[in-house]
Amino acid sequence: MKYPLTLKVNGETYRLEVKPHRSLLEVLRDELDLTGTNDGCRTGNCGACTVLVDGAPIPSCLMLALDAEGHEITTIEALSAGGELHPLQRAFVQRGAIQCGYCTPGMILSAYALLQENPRPTEAEVRRALVGNLCRCTGYVKIIEAVLAAAEEMASADVGSR
Amino acid sequence: MRFFEYYAPKTLDEAIQLLVRHGEGAYPLAGGTDLVTKARYGHLRPRVIVNLKRIPGLNDIAPEEDGGLRLGALVTLAEIARSLLMGERYPLLAQTARKMGSVLIRNLATVGGNLCNAAPSADMAPPLIALGAEAVIVGPRGERRVRLEKFFHGPGQTELRHGELLTAIRLPPPRPRTRGVYLKHIYRQAMDIAIVGVAVLLQFDEQEAIAEDARIVLGAVAPTPLRVPEAESVLIGAPLTEDRRLEAARRAARAARPIDDTYSSAWYRREMVGVLTRRALEHLVSHSPER
Repeated sequence: MKYPLTLKVNGETYRLEVKPHRSLLEVLRDELDLTGTNDGCRTGNCGACTVLVDGAPIPSCLMLALDAEGHEITTIEALSAGGELHPLQRAFVQRGAIQCGYCTPGMILSAYALLQENPRPTEAEVRRALVGNLCRCTGYVKIIEAVLAAAEEMASADVGSR
Repeated sequence: MRFFEYYAPKTLDEAIQLLVRHGEGAYPLAGGTDLVTKARYGHLRPRVIVNLKRIPGLNDIAPEEDGGLRLGALVTLAEIARSLLMGERYPLLAQTARKMGSVLIRNLATVGGNLCNAAPSADMAPPLIALGAEAVIVGPRGERRVRLEKFFHGPGQTELRHGELLTAIRLPPPRPRTRGVYLKHIYRQAMDIAIVGVAVLLQFDEQEAIAEDARIVLGAVAPTPLRVPEAESVLIGAPLTEDRRLEAARRAARAARPIDDTYSSAWYRREMVGVLTRRALEHLVSHSPER
């Protein structure tokens, strides 16, 4: 048996019918073809499936799709809307913070959520914010550098625009 | 995961009726970090899931008339960590929440879920017990309150009978000149289950020289969180000298009833109860940075 579900993802509203045991991750990937959200450990330990729910990063493998009703979901696809990379994405590319790339969407969304709350984080704050996102290539140094560089760029762009 | 029926009731009464009607195979859903994982890997086989998140009032942090606080069972660990009210009145809880899981997990996991899963290692239990918290339980026969100390019956076992829900935690008004700390021993920097957890709460006299009251509660070293009155009594009414602090730490270690498992040997757990209790007391007495 399927249940009706109205899901808001990246500003679009989708009317779906889903089985109750499907996770938000499965519905994003399999029903909506939003395959930027990666499927990792399925236990909430690795962070590859990170999405934002009302701006807060969560592991989408642990949320039932039906539980996401009424919330605004943001996936990695939204960050480069219009074909332009987000400063975080650009910094990851430029600083070699992407190796195999599997953790990258989750890393970037966790970093994005951090910078929304705290536009000029310290290195320690970046590390704490990314605790739940594992990089099995172990490229953490570059990742942290990239987040700090993007923060600086975004903050100075923000000052310039005022 | 296997198929289950799903309900998202809008009232507490409706949720309780659903749980009663569907019997033992029906599970309430809060943050889902435990339930969804256990259902996916077959450790639980829910036939019915009753999502509690559409019920208003379960996720409030509300001051009460007596100066205490009502902490809704569905308040997330992230909300506890960043709540100004928590930080001001019960900094011990905000500090504990920040030591749990990751940002991602804290955004989902709830205080009620942490308690109702009743893992012996549940981090929220020792500090809440130290603070004198009460569990507010609502079931088919109405509301009852139980001291959180009595809420845990064993690993995965609580005071809740089928059809009953933990709806809130009641905290008594914060007491003056009280400082607390929760120390958690894990092998990594974060994202790990406590090998040992120790909550210590001291209420000082006006000169801040003598403790008028002391609470020591251990986690992960017994089937349930363990309060250690015989260690507390050493600390009350006399200067908190190093000798007394060491004696309290020894008594806490002796009281622990740890087991061997994949995370740690029982021997090591007992040793670490002593070490963490000593460190917690040093920290509270000297204001030294937490180690």
